[in-house]
Amino acid sequence: MASSDGCRTGDWVEIERVLLEPAERSSNLPEDTAAQPLRVWLKGFARGDARIGDEVDIETMTGRVVRGVLTDVNPGYTHTFGRPAPELTAVGRDLRARIDAYRADADAKAGE
Amino acid sequence: MPSKTDAIMARRGEIMKRALGMDYAEFEESPIAFDYEGLMTAHGYSLQDIIRIQRSAGVGQTPLLELRNLTDLVRSYAEPGMGARIFVKDEAANMAGSFKDRRASISIHVAKQKGYAGVIAATSGNYGAAVSSQAARAGLACIIVQEAFDSRHVGQPEIIEKSRICEAFGAEVLQLTVGPELFSHMLELLDETGYLAASLYSAFGVSGIETLGYELAEEMTALTGAPPTHVVVTHAGGGNTTGTARGLKRAGATATQIVSASVDLSGLHMASDTDFNRKSFTTGHTGFGVPFATWPDRADVPRNAARALRYMDRYLTVSQGEVFYVTEAMSKLEGLERGPSGNTAMAAALSLARELPADATVVVQETEYTGAGKHHWAQLNFAREQGIEVRAGDPAESVPGQNIIIPERPEQIRAKDFPLAKMRRSYVRNALAHAPEGYAPTDADIEFLAADTNSDAETVERIIAELAEG
Repeated sequence: MASSDGCRTGDWVEIERVLLEPAERSSNLPEDTAAQPLRVWLKGFARGDARIGDEVDIETMTGRVVRGVLTDVNPGYTHTFGRPAPELTAVGRDLRARIDAYRADADAKAGE
Repeated sequence: MPSKTDAIMARRGEIMKRALGMDYAEFEESPIAFDYEGLMTAHGYSLQDIIRIQRSAGVGQTPLLELRNLTDLVRSYAEPGMGARIFVKDEAANMAGSFKDRRASISIHVAKQKGYAGVIAATSGNYGAAVSSQAARAGLACIIVQEAFDSRHVGQPEIIEKSRICEAFGAEVLQLTVGPELFSHMLELLDETGYLAASLYSAFGVSGIETLGYELAEEMTALTGAPPTHVVVTHAGGGNTTGTARGLKRAGATATQIVSASVDLSGLHMASDTDFNRKSFTTGHTGFGVPFATWPDRADVPRNAARALRYMDRYLTVSQGEVFYVTEAMSKLEGLERGPSGNTAMAAALSLARELPADATVVVQETEYTGAGKHHWAQLNFAREQGIEVRAGDPAESVPGQNIIIPERPEQIRAKDFPLAKMRRSYVRNALAHAPEGYAPTDADIEFLAADTNSDAETVERIIAELAEG
């Protein structure tokens, strides 16, 4: 059974791998990027028991076997809408009023 | 000692030839020119074939809607007699939520026909969702490689949502940190799996977009009696402009003006780890739009089928704040809640419609889905968390990466013209730089460059002479 600190064989998990160390990276990168390793996160079914931070093999959705450090068990998504931007909350009200005024004016001119 | 990256890049030609399912060498004509139309038609599918493939894949035939409220809004502040009619092609109605389904459907059809077991695409955009969805329907394996995080493991909510939707459709998603070496990793995956490279820039993908231009020309003719006077296209890698323009021409709409539009992200470096999360648009921006228009063959294929400069009549830029404002307005006034990136062209269209007579017709040729992460509120909240100043004011004061200025009034939406002459000059300089040193362009090369820059031989010769003078 999955727990917050580890996984069992068959659990859906996320791993992290370093693809390139800073010294192995492309030569034409901006300095800030060149100083960092190129890392990847990917998900799959664990092929063994492991604790967060341990190395583990996973089988991905395409059937590839990839080894990496276990970072999450049953990983999910938490992105949201969040609160409205105050700069936008009155846009609908104000623009509807402008359109109504424009149409009333156009109707008045047509009736003259 | 050659690095791992060098070793895989040295085998690039061999890997891509197998993964693309065609040999690009047969189209090469000189160090500068190639047979573009030959490349575009080598797959052997007619427009009718492509329409048939897309219908069976559940793609296309999206609603074309007239936006009467936005039109009247523009007319409320335009000069008397001005304010074009505004229309939108609601491409968010495609299965995976964007026009990218058109692009993906043809690559997936080809992969299935040629017996590939799966497909791979490198994309952080809606194209990933489209490829994943179409691959699921076709029963093909699918790998999507995304540039998703900065070195702190912080990701744009828009990209995180795109990771989620690809996984929802059963794709294997690789979420990488910032860097162009993503391409060499994709090569390794193509080599390991033997899958088809479903490149955004293949002739299959770009041919798939032609149906969008074709459909909207026919729909506008049915609705208004003529093809549109203007079509506004959100522009990044160039496929949207190229495919739409080619489709319009196929429908006989040769007088329609093609207006490309991008969000202005000038000053931000696209390969910078720190700039990565200081932008609120992950596509449809000048960081892709300018380099891809001025050197399309920087793509992941030997020759890019998306050649936007060939088809652009005008290139407009808008600010991030203007697009967010228009996204909110479209939702409140037209009942269309759509993603901000796809509304880049809508912001430009509102500015354009103001300067056109009331009998002109402006079609914004796409929308994209929205939702958690992609929504403009999510984008603005994330920007604030990254230290970007968000305020109401005059968008003319926008500085990408430092602030986002939301217009206070619709009159403040003012797209800027990006000079095409500058883009043409830059394209010719790049084409010459990629030929062997000292190579003298032939008459056939000049003709190719003229076609590829939507200009003429005289213009190209003048640019070459000016570049030679330094």
